[in-house]
Amino acid sequence: MTPLSTIGLPEIIAGIMLAALNAYVLTGGADFGGGVWDLLASGRSRDEQRSLIERSIAPIWEANHVWLIVVVVLLFSAFSPAFAVLGVVLHIPVSLMLVGIVLRGSAFVFRSYGGRAHSQQWGTLFAVTSLITPVILGMIIGAIVSDRVGLASGRVGAGMGSFSEVFVYPWLSPFTVVVGAFALALFAFLAATYLTVAADTDGLRDAFRRRALGAAGAVFVLAAAAIVLSFQSAPRVAHGVAGAWWSVPLHLGTAVAAITAIVALWRRRYRVARIAAGAQVSLVLWGWAFAQNPYLIPPALTIRDAASPPLTLGLLLVALCAGFIILIPSLRYLYRTFARASAPEHSSSSPT
Amino acid sequence: MPDLFAARTQMALSLGFHIVFAEIGIAMPVLMVLAEWRWRRTGDVLYLQLAKRWAKGTAILFAVGAVSGTVLSFELGLLWPRFMQLAGPIIGLPFSLEGFAFFTEAIFLGVYLYGWDRIPKSTHLAAGVIVAVSGAASAVFVVMVNAWMNTPTGISTSGGTINAVDPIAGMFNPSTLQQTIHMLLAAYAATGLVVAGIHAGILLRNRDSAFHRAAFAIALSVGVPAAILQPVSGDLSARNVAEWQPIKLAALEGQFATERGAPLRLGGWPNERDARTSFAFEIPRGLSLLAYHDPSAEVKGLNFFPRDLWPPVAPVHLGFQVMVGLGTAMALVSACALFFLVRRKSIVDQSWLLRLLAIVAPFGFIATEAGWTVTEVGRQPWVVQGVIRTADAVTPMPGLVVPMTIFALLYLGLAAIVVTLIRSLVRETT
Repeated sequence: MTPLSTIGLPEIIAGIMLAALNAYVLTGGADFGGGVWDLLASGRSRDEQRSLIERSIAPIWEANHVWLIVVVVLLFSAFSPAFAVLGVVLHIPVSLMLVGIVLRGSAFVFRSYGGRAHSQQWGTLFAVTSLITPVILGMIIGAIVSDRVGLASGRVGAGMGSFSEVFVYPWLSPFTVVVGAFALALFAFLAATYLTVAADTDGLRDAFRRRALGAAGAVFVLAAAAIVLSFQSAPRVAHGVAGAWWSVPLHLGTAVAAITAIVALWRRRYRVARIAAGAQVSLVLWGWAFAQNPYLIPPALTIRDAASPPLTLGLLLVALCAGFIILIPSLRYLYRTFARASAPEHSSSSPT
Repeated sequence: MPDLFAARTQMALSLGFHIVFAEIGIAMPVLMVLAEWRWRRTGDVLYLQLAKRWAKGTAILFAVGAVSGTVLSFELGLLWPRFMQLAGPIIGLPFSLEGFAFFTEAIFLGVYLYGWDRIPKSTHLAAGVIVAVSGAASAVFVVMVNAWMNTPTGISTSGGTINAVDPIAGMFNPSTLQQTIHMLLAAYAATGLVVAGIHAGILLRNRDSAFHRAAFAIALSVGVPAAILQPVSGDLSARNVAEWQPIKLAALEGQFATERGAPLRLGGWPNERDARTSFAFEIPRGLSLLAYHDPSAEVKGLNFFPRDLWPPVAPVHLGFQVMVGLGTAMALVSACALFFLVRRKSIVDQSWLLRLLAIVAPFGFIATEAGWTVTEVGRQPWVVQGVIRTADAVTPMPGLVVPMTIFALLYLGLAAIVVTLIRSLVRETT
């Protein structure tokens, strides 16, 4: 763990990058979760559920999606060696994730704007890709934290190792698959919780309350599985859970947020549940980051090793500050304008 | 297929696909805002319908542009990790600024598309203006990066490692101004004339449709000025290339010998083995005149440079001929349209001009692809001119033909669907 005195520009930029990833998970992640509930829509209110999901996502998903681009751009601007390592070792899962992102985004607009002709098929494609993409994103994070990406990058440099050893095993293991499923469960949990607030009828609210509680159960089981597997596959995570000075407050915070979210859902305090769920997911993400600090790609690259020259980092910081001054009020305006999904009368769901 | 070739093909397909949607994403918001503004001014509900229809098309095309742009930002690392490792610290700044411009665009496009009944009218129009402005800003920042790859400044390297970077100097490199102007005009000309051409085609069959007349007039007001200005910007670009990338100039003109008073070649087939361009129509001293504004200026030919620094000459020369030829046709047809506009005569009554506009409709996008080929293939073997070669930048991952095939099929499928959707959107009103 870096002592506070050594926090400099590289750490600040890395922190902003993590905050952007956090924003992506809370917004874009929930959009993926919406796709999951679209796929699992059932019961008498099935069509209303799908319509609510679509109306909630439609105006904001493109903006939400840009957070991912901010993360990628910051990664290659400020820590280009780390970007290069990820591009080489994780070529296959990142490509798969991209295919998922392309298909999901296109299927969503094609369904919204393509008329009634194939909307069923687009809906299915949107839902299925919403399921797969978060799993791959989780697998990528699992691969990084388990040291395997860093070790494989050493092999590429030395020209050693078979194709599978360098390009497949790092991201394909029981641990990474469980982390992938965990990410999916978190996104689904977030989405269901948000939808309880966005819902405009009691029936829909109840439907998503049940789903949110179910997803919370899945989150709990998968988190436990990931921790168990981590003792063997990702000692950094295990160590983070077990020992470091920050781990007790962080994990206590996560637990409090999780319990608050569940209790609030149970007692139908949906706005409280939404905040608690967001806090819970964010703390999980920061827990991961703290577990592998000071490494960007353990054990190969630290934040400092990978950092761009100070002039670049300084200019980036200025650009980020200027950018956020425009961005934050714009986002606030966007979310406020569409705080409630538009009434079902407009459920042609697209501007005429 | 060799991995380097597969990687280059995948990158070319991705950029070639994205650039069409990027251009539409830059220019369509201008059309849509103009239509809404006309509605506010005239109160004619026709313009409101038009703005909404265009907004719908923009939503589809913008989304495809956004996801294909996301793919590109990752592909830079997936295919060219060594380029990104080296260049990240310098091109990261314009890319970050682009990220914010794109963010603003996405936010206010959401507001625009879904806010018709939710926000005041003037706020709605303002949201559209923000979309148009931030779309243009995105293009400027991205093209800055490409300009840097052509004429890198602000970086000093030795043996593959960076000694120093100055991202600001990198952003304002010698071809930034020329390339950004050229790209923006290309976007407005291509999009404006393709929309005008589509509606011209419909007007030929149904001359009285007020809806299509309105759409046609607004599209022309964007496409015509841009298409007329583009040759001027092209001249600035060519002179910039002559000064900073003489090999590229030689390749795009098919100029092998170094000579004073070099001719301008129209058409022709450059043969690298014999080091000559055959079958070209030559205008004496034309190249010297155009590139240096001096009929007896010396033009360095490809033979002046080591053979291993030559780009593939034939595709660059052909791409350049196609771009200039189509661009000239667009400028001429636009000039005719301007002639009638200035004399306040209706273009809709001139069947021949409607027909010409329908013919040149796709030219802008073909010219864009050709021009992109010229600037990218013309820079080979370098990914960053004089700094790092494409062959040294490619990922060590084997089997790149597989992702290339997957992404090629993906783009093919998307293109087919988008074309179908836009056609049905246009037909709704015919």
